[in-house]
Amino acid sequence: MVNLAQAWAEAYAGVEPGVRVEVSGGGSGVGVAALIRGSADLANSSRDLKASEAEAALKATGKEPREYVVGYDALAIYVHRDNPLESITLEQLRELFAVDGRISRWSELGVRLPNPRHDRIVRVGRQSSGGTFEFLRHRVLEDRDFRLGTLELNGSKEVVELIANTPTAIGYSGMGYAVAGVKLLRVAERVGDEAVAPSPEATISGRYPIARSLLVYGLGEPRPEVKAYLAWILSDAGQGWLTVTGFVPVPPERRQPGGRLVEVSR
Amino acid sequence: MKPIPDGATRWRTWWVRSTEGVIELWIRVCGFSSVILVAAILFFIFREAFPVLRQPDFSMAEFLGSVEWYPTSVQRVRFGALGLMVGTAAVTGVSLLLSVPAGLGAAIFLSEFCQGRTREVLKVVIELLAAIPSVVWGFVGLTVMSRVLVWATPAAVGVNLLNGALILALMSLPVIVSLAEDALRAVPDAHREAAEALGATRWQLTWRVLLPGARRGILAAVLLGTGRAVGETMAVLMATGNAVNIPTSLFDPVRTLTANIAAELGEAPAGSDHYRVLFLTGVLLFGITLVINLLAERLVRGGAKSR
Repeated sequence: MVNLAQAWAEAYAGVEPGVRVEVSGGGSGVGVAALIRGSADLANSSRDLKASEAEAALKATGKEPREYVVGYDALAIYVHRDNPLESITLEQLRELFAVDGRISRWSELGVRLPNPRHDRIVRVGRQSSGGTFEFLRHRVLEDRDFRLGTLELNGSKEVVELIANTPTAIGYSGMGYAVAGVKLLRVAERVGDEAVAPSPEATISGRYPIARSLLVYGLGEPRPEVKAYLAWILSDAGQGWLTVTGFVPVPPERRQPGGRLVEVSR
Repeated sequence: MKPIPDGATRWRTWWVRSTEGVIELWIRVCGFSSVILVAAILFFIFREAFPVLRQPDFSMAEFLGSVEWYPTSVQRVRFGALGLMVGTAAVTGVSLLLSVPAGLGAAIFLSEFCQGRTREVLKVVIELLAAIPSVVWGFVGLTVMSRVLVWATPAAVGVNLLNGALILALMSLPVIVSLAEDALRAVPDAHREAAEALGATRWQLTWRVLLPGARRGILAAVLLGTGRAVGETMAVLMATGNAVNIPTSLFDPVRTLTANIAAELGEAPAGSDHYRVLFLTGVLLFGITLVINLLAERLVRGGAKSR
């Protein structure tokens, strides 16, 4: 979600020229680590704060972390444009990506690629600092480890671009990163269920099985400038950027500019 | 007749002496600063890495002997660095196979077969290769080279061992060429003249006189090129596909020790086992490059002595 954060920061320079918002990327884990160290005011994260991180933040800064839901994202499963596959189940994804998974060839999914030499599946994902990595591991792999040999790329955009150039690849990334050379698969919870294409409506209604909240974490009561920035993010102007960057805005009735205190067990 | 030193002259002598002392001290500090810096870096890396060795759930056998690198696993955290070490060795090895013949050829051509403008232009261009930043190389690997490889080879995915090795070969080429050329030019002209007087062809001269004469310098050039390849980070992170894997073919994606540190150090909470193990892989890398550089140093010295 670094592209979203950047879009916000750039747009906010026009709203409040006196406040400079600096964005640095690298994955949710990097942002949360910076928040704990005190080198950032806010950490954008596409996964929940871990109990250990909340504890570490409280210990290091004396302030309790506060969570703001700023949008939603559907995690899309991408394949190359020429791949005949149209839909996939979470069960199949688990067999593909998990360490004890048994699917490693396209023929095992009943798929014949245009080039008969292309049968071995190339698995593409994010590196372990990405919230996307942890979200997929939790939601789809049910906390099992990823199979070794999965390509771990630096960013969501790189994942999609590599798949666009690689006919044998399958991978996961936010649905906002789609480019011309790829196809987004419809996803079903299990065999027999309706396979749903990732879309803003299916994300908000919860019908698309691998969707998540986009979060911003701060510590304690925010400074006035930070508070104003958060309020702007949750205004219509700020939320408009979610659509632009391919994410899903929070419906007006669900917006909570005050955030929510994260429970810290002591 | 000696002039009697007045106050001003005495003051000047004192000033010259003391400033000279200060300047000398300053230069001395500069000279030793690299030693101090290296010692400080070493101390820091070791200090950060060592506590993990005493952790009951850390096993050195697993670190050196297992491929399973799961630093953030929910079920069981495992730090097996074998895949990373094999990745580094494979990428470096293949890159040497590509860069050594090409670099030696270029060095021989530069020192023996061309003169004047051609030589000057070629030298400048080769040195220019060394000035390209490594992210740019990585970007070339990720965007250009990966497409070329998918088109030209049976590789299923363009970011792989061969891509990383090609990029590294291009990066270590300038080091190898300029050092090997220096070594070839250092062979005394008397040897060349003697060989030619005996009727040797240029090829015989190169193969039987120059290469044996410059072999230590050439070996040092190769080793320094190796050191460059082992330590490179950004380019290999982008070009190799970054997948923990024991490669079975040139077209398999791999991950190197350096790329792994670059990719994961940002997320690892300071002081955690993951953080310390990353520093431990740093110690490992330091050991590898130290051995290579010492070897190169010894060979260069040995070469100077034997002449």
